[in-house]
Amino acid sequence: MRVLKEIFLGNEAVARGAYEAGVKVVSSYPGTPSTEITQAVSSYDRVYCEWSSNEKVGMEVAIGASLAGARAMTCMKHVGLNVAADPLFTVSYTGVSGGLVIVVADDPGMHSSQNEQDSRNYARGAKLPMLEPADSQECLDFTRMAYDISEKYDTPVMIRLSTRVSHSRTLTEIHEPMEQKLIPYVKNMQKNVMMPAMAVKRHVVVESRQKQIAADSSDGILENAYRVEEGSKDIGIITSGIAWQYVKEAMPDASVFKLGMVWPLPLDAIRKFAATVKRLIIVEELDPIIETELKAAGIKCEGKELFTLQGEYTPAMIREALSDNKNPLSAFDKSALPLAPGRPPVMCAGCPHKGLFMALSRLKAVVTGDIGCYTLGALSPTNAMDVCVCMGASVGMAHGIDKATDSEMSEKTVAVIGDSTFLHTGINGLINSVYNGSRSTVIILDNSITGMTGHQQNPATGRNIRLEPAPAVDLEALCRSVGVQSVYTVDPADTDASRKTISKAMKEPHVTVIIARRPCALIPTGRGTPEQVVTLDRDKCTRCGACLRIMCPALTKGEDGYPQIDPVTCNGCNLCVRVCPFDALIPGKEEV
Amino acid sequence: MSDSFNIVLAGVGGQGTLLAGKLFGLVAARLGLDVKVSEVHGMAQRGGSVITYVRIGKRVFSPVIEPGAADFIIAFEELEAMRWAHLLRRGGTLLINTRRTIPMPVALGQAEYPDNIIESILALADGGTSVHAFDAQRLAEEAGSVKAVNFVMTGALSRFIKIDKQIFMDSIQELFSGKKAGLAAMNQHAFELGSAIIEAK
Ligand SMILES: Cc1ncc(C[n+]2csc(CCOP(=O)(O)OP(=O)(O)O)c2C)c(N)n1
Repeated sequence: MRVLKEIFLGNEAVARGAYEAGVKVVSSYPGTPSTEITQAVSSYDRVYCEWSSNEKVGMEVAIGASLAGARAMTCMKHVGLNVAADPLFTVSYTGVSGGLVIVVADDPGMHSSQNEQDSRNYARGAKLPMLEPADSQECLDFTRMAYDISEKYDTPVMIRLSTRVSHSRTLTEIHEPMEQKLIPYVKNMQKNVMMPAMAVKRHVVVESRQKQIAADSSDGILENAYRVEEGSKDIGIITSGIAWQYVKEAMPDASVFKLGMVWPLPLDAIRKFAATVKRLIIVEELDPIIETELKAAGIKCEGKELFTLQGEYTPAMIREALSDNKNPLSAFDKSALPLAPGRPPVMCAGCPHKGLFMALSRLKAVVTGDIGCYTLGALSPTNAMDVCVCMGASVGMAHGIDKATDSEMSEKTVAVIGDSTFLHTGINGLINSVYNGSRSTVIILDNSITGMTGHQQNPATGRNIRLEPAPAVDLEALCRSVGVQSVYTVDPADTDASRKTISKAMKEPHVTVIIARRPCALIPTGRGTPEQVVTLDRDKCTRCGACLRIMCPALTKGEDGYPQIDPVTCNGCNLCVRVCPFDALIPGKEEV
Repeated sequence: MSDSFNIVLAGVGGQGTLLAGKLFGLVAARLGLDVKVSEVHGMAQRGGSVITYVRIGKRVFSPVIEPGAADFIIAFEELEAMRWAHLLRRGGTLLINTRRTIPMPVALGQAEYPDNIIESILALADGGTSVHAFDAQRLAEEAGSVKAVNFVMTGALSRFIKIDKQIFMDSIQELFSGKKAGLAAMNQHAFELGSAIIEAK
């Protein structure tokens, strides 16, 4: 038989592995670096998949599917697992019927995240087996294997990815998919209804299951749980996932104990390996999970005294800590090259968020922020954000400020939150604010898409993951129905009108919601046409620079000091037209 | 360095470095070699500086290319050439598209776009390092789309590696299969133009 290989992203390989394993239901919420898994699943017609409204819901849908006997999967980024942690800890007790796989993508180095927590802590806390692939082939193989482990040991199985595994393409051998099975449903309250009397008994099961898995891992019964790569006995390295790649690069001669399953640890096998080497080193990005376990078990090793708790590792770090191996020599001395000015990420040309943040900036508002493209409102030129913590937090924080302060501070405070984020967890905060008599102002930035993570649909966009029509939440009606008395809708490109509405809403003595509605400039409904491109009247332009200060990527300062409009990038939003004091910028044709 | 290459693709979000990276993946697959292509997604794509690493060889481990380990750097923009030049190994090759994309701090007058980037790079390069700068955007426009800059640059690079041109051509065809098949010929043309510009030098 011909071997078929694809050049898959790690994420695409996880999707393929689940498909080959006969997965039937995949329910996830997007989050970098995990998003492409579920997106790739949507290309397999026979799999039901959805963007759920948040990670907790996504996990619960997958739990239901597993209970009904189907193989199921839910995927999320590391912080998403915080949201889904409640079901996680108890589904560990109920176990599964159809195999249940929970994929979590960590982001060491915070390429696209607000923190760099280590998800292995959750596997340890919830007492669940966790696999950690090191490349796309392992992503595929481990995902298939996860379903077997899940059904064999009656446990959800976690898979931990990291940015470099999720977003690297490597050659991946694919196989014929298995059939989708449905294990017949049997009602079993003792196992599935977690009330104290039942849960007490299930906890016993959880502990013995974890012991069994650790023993089977040590004994080599579990394929791929670990692998010993014989080398020099001077140094033995225990590692897993992407860190294993760096170790192989930096220390080709060392003995290596590569973990495929990072929880629970095969301590007996590790103890044997430790006895064969002079020095035992743990190379693990982020937290000292392996190291702590080994030390607690009395196995002598070195770890975080050599390596950092922060960010991504590199082969150079490992070489420098452990060997005399030389780092490669550069053609250029970095310090001799002139420093290149940075390219901070900016809001796109035509981004509807920009006008709104300009209004907030003018109002000198105290802004509780949230997570999405609009978090860039915190940067130049608007600098209009005071705090940003996690998804949905803006609403509750604004309410907290209202309750803590005098009316002056409270009046100045607004929460800003995107449409996807509002439906993720913002709505919970809003219900609380109304119920508890808040005077806070909430602005929902409705750009009709989940922008930051690469344009996923959400419950307010009217389309599902396969872009088929779906019911759209009516945000105005939703807010009114939870008791918000004043709900306004504005066009954020009209900065003045938006500012007036916000200013009015701020003074109202109850919760107000302002929906700033304009589609993202990168989606079909928001994209400008060539006729809408703005042009410059050089006779009127005084080169004052007001238009440049909005930091639109389509506007640059020409050699002669006049603004230059890039017709390819300009989206015709006319924000620059509105800020020009001399009417020197001429709008293109009106949208139809 | 016969069958192992480390290639850095350095550009600005939206310039198509991801697609060029994927092309090298397909090329390596056709050669039966191991390959890793590491991409940047998310926040940095919003106009930020983006870098894609391609490693091809009998067996490659780390998906990231260390400073001093790149055999080739394809810079889609002058400033990005300067930002990532230290990744190049001694005796490596640096290909630069001379079109500039002005970063926001420069557009605002808060920072300066350095003058004579190519000259300073040439002056600092140690012997044996080769630098080739040309206007790839003009060639891409000639081929039919500014978006083909990535294939112009790849064509230029192909002059320096011993891989049969047909393999590149077939891989481009494969990359644009299905709905986008109409784009294959244009991008193959861009590749040819990029290849020819090096020959002409
Ligand atoms: C708990 C959690 N899940 C997922 C993410 C990843 N994430 C960051 S922003 C965002 C969505 C933003 O969409 P929206 O609120 O519509 O704003 P937009 O980016 O479109 O402006 C997501 C899913 C996260 N940071 N935290």
